[in-house]
Amino acid sequence: MEVSGSQDITQELAREIFRVVETGVKEEGERLIELQIGPTHPGSGHMRILAWVDGDVIVRCDPDIGFVHRTIEKLSENRAYIKTIPLVERPSLLDTTPMTIGYVNALEKLMGIDVPPRAKYLRTILAEITRIASHLYGIGILAIFLGHSTGFMWAFGDREVMIELATMLTGARITYAYVIPGGVRRDMPQNFPDAVEKGLKYIEKRLRDWEKIFLNNPVVERRLRDVGILKPNIARILGVTGPNVRASGIDYDVRMVEPYEAYDEIDFMIPVAEEGDGYARGLIRFKEIEQSINIIRQAIRKIPSGEIISPQISRLFNPLMKKIYAEQRRVKLPSLMATLKPPKGEAMARVEAGRGEALFHIVSDGSTNPYRFRFITPSFRNVILFKYLIPGHRIADLPAIYGSLDYFPPEADR
Amino acid sequence: MERGVVFIGEIDVFIKRLIRSLMEKKPVKDILEWAISYSLWPVHLMTSCCGVELAGAYSPRYDLERYGSLPFVSPRQTNLIIIEGTLTLKMAKVARITWEQMADPKFVIAMGACAIDGGLFWNSYNIVRANEVIPVDVYIPGCPPRPEALARAILMLQEKIRSVGVSREDLEILRRYVKNQVR
Amino acid sequence: MSQVVAKDPDLNNLLSIFNEELKDLATKIYIDKTERVIYIEVTREKIMDLAKKLLHLGFDHVKSLSAVDYPQEKKIELMVHIGSYLRVVRKYTVVIKSALERDNPRVSSLTSIWPSAEFHERETWEMFGVYFEGHPDLRRLLLPEELEGRWPMRKDFRIITRKAGEAETPWK
Repeated sequence: MEVSGSQDITQELAREIFRVVETGVKEEGERLIELQIGPTHPGSGHMRILAWVDGDVIVRCDPDIGFVHRTIEKLSENRAYIKTIPLVERPSLLDTTPMTIGYVNALEKLMGIDVPPRAKYLRTILAEITRIASHLYGIGILAIFLGHSTGFMWAFGDREVMIELATMLTGARITYAYVIPGGVRRDMPQNFPDAVEKGLKYIEKRLRDWEKIFLNNPVVERRLRDVGILKPNIARILGVTGPNVRASGIDYDVRMVEPYEAYDEIDFMIPVAEEGDGYARGLIRFKEIEQSINIIRQAIRKIPSGEIISPQISRLFNPLMKKIYAEQRRVKLPSLMATLKPPKGEAMARVEAGRGEALFHIVSDGSTNPYRFRFITPSFRNVILFKYLIPGHRIADLPAIYGSLDYFPPEADR
Repeated sequence: MERGVVFIGEIDVFIKRLIRSLMEKKPVKDILEWAISYSLWPVHLMTSCCGVELAGAYSPRYDLERYGSLPFVSPRQTNLIIIEGTLTLKMAKVARITWEQMADPKFVIAMGACAIDGGLFWNSYNIVRANEVIPVDVYIPGCPPRPEALARAILMLQEKIRSVGVSREDLEILRRYVKNQVR
Repeated sequence: MSQVVAKDPDLNNLLSIFNEELKDLATKIYIDKTERVIYIEVTREKIMDLAKKLLHLGFDHVKSLSAVDYPQEKKIELMVHIGSYLRVVRKYTVVIKSALERDNPRVSSLTSIWPSAEFHERETWEMFGVYFEGHPDLRRLLLPEELEGRWPMRKDFRIITRKAGEAETPWK
């Protein structure tokens, strides 16, 4: 008849333009269409999302990851221990310091090296600076997925302030390799505390402006409130980490549970929300920036003076390295560190990165290369939410949920 | 009847040849190259971790939009691909398909040490070099390169367009190069 | 059972509970120097019962599931890190180790007890070749089609290394 003929023509056009594949007929006579939201899409990042839709409602969702899989675990078995430090930085390029702290902590537990207190405080200050930068990136990506391009520009502009502070301390913009087994590589310059205070005052002033344009914005509230609700017992069973689980009512933060570095001497709070929707996840990130500002201020006030590298490493210095260390407070690595041979055994460490809990496990057999290095990043533990949280929502809610989860594909693929 | 058809055919071919020869002449060629060099729009393909510095380059501090480039959504309406970072096997297929969909004249910038020769991950089993997949115009070293380096790369590409040009002969060489690539 | 005594009184309580409940399931229980990690070794037939007991004790999510390859001893050892969100036991991590034969490594899937292990088991399948019986959707996750069936993380899959005087052939 006429009606079925025109239906065939429009379906063929749809197939050509949107690469739609019909995959089967459900029992009630409905058809499911498979959409491939691929890597060349502004709302997908470095991954492919396969969504089966029935009309406008997503029925099933399958994340296709692995586009940035750079096989770090296999590469570390062929290199010396100290060469894995830059490798571990590269997956999560936004908050690089917690990842290096975790790996170096596991190595120090294996070898029995103690870290002096001044180095612990310096590591904590840098970790909190990168945490603020990472949360600002997450807020910027959430804003651009909702179409709020002013939020994107503001977030990346404010992120530059934190990157400037890190450049003053370490010399590089994003990838520092500042943490080495036994301490850190450089001491902080004389004008660093004043510069930090100026930067933190600027960020505090901006947070008040952010409330006006983003958190109290009626369009943002309509798009994020009651969208993507994650109930607490489902979050427990699925093993979700980071601000996503703190927005669902569970107060789990590795800095409080198993304190590492200088966190047991500093007072801070963990923000927790009860609703579990996209708005709560965005709000928790703003509150965590305030807590990080608090931590940095306390650490700068309380930092003790002393050595920045452990005496077990500094007794291997030759006279030129000792002279440079005494004059400029800069560590040149002795050549013995390139052929470190830890004792046989295994060690495990966990840290709180910007997106959640990261775990590092080293198995060593007494040679210069690790026998097995296993590490798990928080984004890999959050991938399961694509399969179980998204079905039931409409396609227009997919960028909103994706942005509020703060999922970073290179971190998940390692 | 037949004389009419041949006559129309000759005017068609004649007009096409006239246009092509006018485009090679001085004033029109300069205007074309000026227009192409100030509208280099990259497509939204984030390959790997240098994408963070790319996003930072289009942010308020190092604004690249003043050189005329604006990231745009569709590969059919853009003329620049920026390969930032490592190309894995899965992503290389996507980059190749996207490059083939773009209209001539198109350009490629390879950003970062991983796109030049593998970088930190040179002996991994899952990566390819960028110039084995698509032909590259400008290379930027660094891990990751600073946003100012990316601005300099766009300026170098603009100078290359205006000095060497994008004549038809260049496109023929490009097509022959592409045919001889091993996948 | 091994009678380990730790300095932390909470850990001593937990170890005595473990020794009582898991006495005929686990082969060996020991802790590490920092007193925050507990290692349990178990055979592959008893791993499901051990997992059910641990779930009742409060350990409710899997942090990581992977394997370690020992070609000289002809075994692949499954390594599972388990944690808990409950306040009482959240500072301890339990590591379950279980030896499987290298020629045909099969073990029953843990997704019926801990659903958070689903994507970790898919990654272990494509990297080591360990088959999980009862997994709802076992297919490759991170690798492209050309590397399917090659088990890249095993020790006999070699990549180019830079050793003095030695030429290694790349994987192709």
